[in-house]
Amino acid sequence: MSETAVKIGGNKQSLFINEVKALLPDGGNLNLCLTCGACSSGCPATGLEGMDPRKFLRMAAMGLDDEITSTPWVWMCSMCTRCVYVCPMKINIPQLVFYTRQSWPREERPKGILGSCDMALRNDTCSAMGTTEEDFQFVVEDVLEEYREAQPEFTAMQAPVNKKGAHYFLNQNSREPVTEPDEMVPLWKIMHQGGADWTYGTKGWAAENYCMFLADDEKWEHIVRTKVKAVEDLGCNVWLNTE
Amino acid sequence: MEKFNIEANFEIQSIIQLYAQWIREGKLKPSLEWNKDRKIKFTVQDPCQLVRKSFGDPVAEELRFVVKAVVGEENFIEMYPNKSNNYCCGGGGGFLQSGHTEARREYGRLKAEQILTTGASYCITPCHNCHAQIHDLSDIREHAWDTVHLWTLLCLSLGVLGPNERAYLGDDLKDVLVFHPETEM
Repeated sequence: MSETAVKIGGNKQSLFINEVKALLPDGGNLNLCLTCGACSSGCPATGLEGMDPRKFLRMAAMGLDDEITSTPWVWMCSMCTRCVYVCPMKINIPQLVFYTRQSWPREERPKGILGSCDMALRNDTCSAMGTTEEDFQFVVEDVLEEYREAQPEFTAMQAPVNKKGAHYFLNQNSREPVTEPDEMVPLWKIMHQGGADWTYGTKGWAAENYCMFLADDEKWEHIVRTKVKAVEDLGCNVWLNTE
Repeated sequence: MEKFNIEANFEIQSIIQLYAQWIREGKLKPSLEWNKDRKIKFTVQDPCQLVRKSFGDPVAEELRFVVKAVVGEENFIEMYPNKSNNYCCGGGGGFLQSGHTEARREYGRLKAEQILTTGASYCITPCHNCHAQIHDLSDIREHAWDTVHLWTLLCLSLGVLGPNERAYLGDDLKDVLVFHPETEM
């Protein structure tokens, strides 16, 4: 409990929470809180920056807009949705957090997330590490060739790139091709033994999406559309998410 | 895609579902021989994105089916809570790139305590963000456990894991069932 009385927003007409409610199906149930605290008691972010999910929602409901739109806590909530899962009223606090992130001026959002989003926008690979289509294809083919030679049982192993009509379009976190390419090999071996007809795409192969975390809807949509187009252009039936 | 009303003419699947399917179909035949006498214990992190936010408890069951098939049922130890009710490790939502390192590690304390409570030597993390975060949570505790991808263990139990594909195995498994040991770099 607060030591001093909290002054609430008074007669303010347009509260931030109302703007968010307008964006969510059923208003995200944001006005249904019973204050039971199930969200906060099972939230690993409880206590960081003196905040927790229930407190955040209550502050929003009371119109403490300046406070909720300035706390860095919104970047410490991982939007894991456990609070929604345990909430008897299914209140979508993570969406409130998401739109609060969005209320921050873009250039003031965390530099690491911003940088990774901007990097992913540089080319159609969507790689947050800025890997180009050529570099990705080169690494895959180079590593594949090396392993086919070194491990003769896998001479017939494939790691196709841009194979039209393959059943599965497999994505890959940028870290493997860029910093630890040997880690891709166990995955290829499993695909090989499973008998899968699969492919990577030089476009849209990167599994990560930092523009989503940045709460940059326009850029997030761009990334998703680029990836969807990549899968469709190759005529694949399944977009297969890696580990 | 739902958010942006994008209609696509393909399905979305997780590779975990395929691992399970291929083991059931006999396309993949993992052997438990390597852990029969060693009895090395494993726990598993249910990735929020995979389980709670995408496919729910059914995929958590698939995940356990695969884990048990590669490490042995008696060598798998659950964390509590788990599956859809699992705690996030703190690697998601951009936390790893947000610059709030101390807060991220404090967030992960709950996960670290969960893992330590199991007493397992390894935490399996079938998600890239979970892998990076849980690896870091171990490192700041003097490497209290090893953090490993599922593909590593699957290939180990298939007998096809080479010497250069073992970056995340601990010393207890570095030399076990090495495929083409002569190719070590």
